[in-house]
Amino acid sequence: MKKALIPILIIAVIGIFMYTKAVGVYNMFVQNEETINGQWAEVQTQYQRRADLIPNLVNTVKGYAEFEQETLTGVIEARAKATSININANDLSPDKIAQFQEAQDQLSGALSRLLVTVEKYPDLKANQNFLELQAQLEGTENRIAVARRNFNQSVQAYNSDLRKFPNNLFAGWYGFETKGYFEAAAGSENAPTVQF
Amino acid sequence: MIYKYSLSILLILLFVGTLTAQGDFPEVPNPPRLVNDFTNSLSASQVASLESKLVAYNDSTSTQVTIVMIRSVGQYDISDYTFQLGEKWGIGQAKLDNGVLILAAMEDRKVFIATGYGMEGVLPDILTKRIVDQLIVPNFKMEAYYDGLDKATDMIFKLASGEYEADKVTSTGEHGRAIVFFLFFIFIFVILPLIKNRKDNDNHMGGKGGGVDLFTTIMLANLLKGSGGGKFGDFSSGRGGFGGGGGGFGGFGGGSFGGGGAGGSW
Repeated sequence: MKKALIPILIIAVIGIFMYTKAVGVYNMFVQNEETINGQWAEVQTQYQRRADLIPNLVNTVKGYAEFEQETLTGVIEARAKATSININANDLSPDKIAQFQEAQDQLSGALSRLLVTVEKYPDLKANQNFLELQAQLEGTENRIAVARRNFNQSVQAYNSDLRKFPNNLFAGWYGFETKGYFEAAAGSENAPTVQF
Repeated sequence: MIYKYSLSILLILLFVGTLTAQGDFPEVPNPPRLVNDFTNSLSASQVASLESKLVAYNDSTSTQVTIVMIRSVGQYDISDYTFQLGEKWGIGQAKLDNGVLILAAMEDRKVFIATGYGMEGVLPDILTKRIVDQLIVPNFKMEAYYDGLDKATDMIFKLASGEYEADKVTSTGEHGRAIVFFLFFIFIFVILPLIKNRKDNDNHMGGKGGGVDLFTTIMLANLLKGSGGGKFGDFSSGRGGFGGGGGGFGGFGGGSFGGGGAGGSW
């Protein structure tokens, strides 16, 4: 009777340990996932805000008749494409994020081409409406950058937690998967350094 | 082969990681200051004058307007650098996010005003843009750095007036709870035994005459004293970021930046 008690006790202790560990890991992942979902919502909100500004920008620019039509249609098309891609927060796989980023980066490219061509039109550049839109667009780009960085940081922490032992075992049971994040723009090597 | 390849990638990654992650942002100055001129563009008296102005504003409104002047932001966008620095230092109060960071990169000839989440309402991008274009840039062009910053901060104070107020040190909430506890303890340990004693004279307190004995009383008194002191101590240390009190700036409160603000170059 007494001999049987010791193994039972050991098994019970191990069982309790495993159980608390498993619950702790699960709860940690749930919490991290919720954080990421919130930050993803912020990323989408800011991109949406940019998309909402574009029709106004296009209309303002259109008023200047001789303006290059192809640049404008490029922006409109890129916007249509970017807004058509919406990713549910439950499915932030690397593929989906890459797809989303590609569409949004195309829109960024089209927009910057538009802003470069505007340089040739002094009247338009002095237009108050255009200036305000430009300031708003800049602010939105800044907010996108911050939202993207916050999202990336959370996802990176989450992914590395997910792949560490023994979390990877538990994560496999629960079905947590690594998430995608935004890639930095290429060509930032050999950059000058910060000086205080 | 693959091993070698992946090792070199790892090394490159490590190198890049350390390159970008470390040393790009100055540490929070110790003791914390609101005016941080790393470039000596301002004279000592100008720094002191701005500092006392900003500290006074912080004391009355809890809004932390901070000035940082560095030489160059390197490969960063000045906007990006400003947000990250503000976030890192935690400018503004944690719950209000009412921080403003004016960053000037003197060699880049660029300036940026970043507004915390809580300041985006009173200082929308378009207004910060105007502050930069009309107050900072013209003065900075003439190397009148103090005038530019002085006018810009005045304008920020004006626009943000009435938005936030510093907490007054009131203690009703916490003390209310402490009093309830106090009454509860008295009820459990004093009144209940008394009631019980009235019913049966054979009390469990050791003494005879019905009532609480000396030892229990002293223990209870100590207990209450201890818990009361703890409560009050917790409360006064709970006001994060304002340790100082007399004169100087107490420290940053942990505010967040979401990308509000605007910049320009001179």
